[in-house]
Amino acid sequence: MKYQSQRVAYAYFVCAMGLFAIQVLGGLLAGWIYVAPNFLSEILPFNIIRMIHTNALIVWLLLGFFGAAYFLVPEESEREIYSEKLAYLQLILLVVGTLGAVGSYLMGIHGGREFLEQPLWVKFGILVAALIFLFNISMTVLAGKKTAITNVLLMGMWLLSLLWIFAFINPSNLSLDKMYWWFVVHLWVEGVWELVMASILAFLMLKLTGVDREVVEKWLYVIVATALFSGILGTGHHFYWIGLPGYWQWIGSIFSTFEVIPFFLMMSFAFVMVWKGKRDHPNKAALLWSLGSATLAFFGAGVWGFLHTLHGVNFYSHGTQITAAHGHLAFFGAYVALNLAIITYAMPLLRNRDPYNQVLNMGSFWLMTGGMAFMTFVLTFAGTLQTHMQRVLGDYFMQVQDDLALFYLMRFGAGFAVVIGALLFIYSVIVVRKREIIEPGPKATVAGE
Amino acid sequence: MAEILTKSRARNIFYGGSIFFVLVFIALTVNSHKYVVEVSTAGMPLSEEVILGKHVWERHSCINCHTIHGEGAYFAPEVGNVMTRWGVQDDPEAAFEILQSWMDSQPSGIQGRRQMPQFNLTDEEVRGLAEFLRWADQTDTQGWPPNDAG
Repeated sequence: MKYQSQRVAYAYFVCAMGLFAIQVLGGLLAGWIYVAPNFLSEILPFNIIRMIHTNALIVWLLLGFFGAAYFLVPEESEREIYSEKLAYLQLILLVVGTLGAVGSYLMGIHGGREFLEQPLWVKFGILVAALIFLFNISMTVLAGKKTAITNVLLMGMWLLSLLWIFAFINPSNLSLDKMYWWFVVHLWVEGVWELVMASILAFLMLKLTGVDREVVEKWLYVIVATALFSGILGTGHHFYWIGLPGYWQWIGSIFSTFEVIPFFLMMSFAFVMVWKGKRDHPNKAALLWSLGSATLAFFGAGVWGFLHTLHGVNFYSHGTQITAAHGHLAFFGAYVALNLAIITYAMPLLRNRDPYNQVLNMGSFWLMTGGMAFMTFVLTFAGTLQTHMQRVLGDYFMQVQDDLALFYLMRFGAGFAVVIGALLFIYSVIVVRKREIIEPGPKATVAGE
Repeated sequence: MAEILTKSRARNIFYGGSIFFVLVFIALTVNSHKYVVEVSTAGMPLSEEVILGKHVWERHSCINCHTIHGEGAYFAPEVGNVMTRWGVQDDPEAAFEILQSWMDSQPSGIQGRRQMPQFNLTDEEVRGLAEFLRWADQTDTQGWPPNDAG
């Protein structure tokens, strides 16, 4: 830790890990209800559990982004954060808001727009927290050195907060409601969040591989350019069937096909940097998560997104388990894994010690990744069958769902592996063990026989 | 590539191109907004009942089990075309009655079947919800869903 104020990131990461645990346990519960539908049905209905699962995910990812910003901006700007107090105040606001939201969901108080169910006071709390963050981090950057990484990160954070305004806009006309709802949902995860992701990935590559800053930053601008050029009009792939004009079918199909490019570039970028880099960085786990994130984001967001993005395909697959398959791997690859990468990288530095628990941490990577991959495959098969039975043959929804029972059982098993992996990860970053599970071998200069 | 595409050029392309696509997107949004109001949802007035129904739909977070126009959770059936599926799209009174009897019978309590909670809605709320679902059903959704199964 080069700057004292970087330590605020530690508090953000710990809170994020707490919510991560809630998120995956909520997901496990929801997965179990697919297997045993009467479970908790009178006390805690499925809709409430799903709300907790998705909301906890979004908030912990945001906490991770905020923490990452507070960690990397001082290093990039070469100065302390403008105000540590403000950063802690922002964190308190977010944590109180989140616990308030979860509490009110459990009591049955919630809005009804998917992912934006938070009570109004929580939405305002998030807005105020975002404004505090923007003020704090902008003051830091303005007073210090400006780099491409901080430029892109800041732009992503400003736009993210600006788009949050649409969380307050809810027209009575359902089709308009849906159109503006996507301004938050799509333009976040397929737009400005990619700016945040790419800048954090660039920072990690800079530190882990030691490649020249000029090279890293040029890549960064090319990546984010392709992200926004494709992602903004790519919003059209959500506008096919909700009452909007037919021209979105062509605009959406063409531009959302290009949305694969920034993810392909991020994956290429990560591997090329590692290939060219000369540094042998001791934090192998952070490197694994960085490469893993870029790769899984390419498959989850890129390949699985393209799978059902063309309007001729989407006409049949829209709103089936195909969407669920894509959603799970995309979020895991792009945003969960990236957050876990920066957390894995930053935690030892924040605690002023050498990387620790790397074997456990890498084990958790494979457990979570294996589980998510299996879940994605299972849901893709389920979705393919569902599409055929329900959308082509015209069988009724519940009848089709009954026939998919085996897939949901397998999905629960995959989810169980992910939860074990997640808990193992949290343990490996929070609890410092004295020794690695497997001691690393000595450095060798010649190949073994 | 290294000489032609410098870092500052890449940055300028990023900013310039992004502004261009934002402007195109805003123009299309304005056009789409008008289209929704004047064409695709104009077949039925956005009455007080429909608006009440949307509030009921939101207050109980129906979207975290069901989908409407294909968006939502995938745990329970699509409701964007449920009035057509039930054959009551053109009959407000029948739509109200069939929805009321459905809501009254929840949760079914059948073992091994997904359960819908009892929401204890008033008659007025059920009527609003029925009108809201009829309103959603009449929206021109470019022919989606492919069949009545939703």
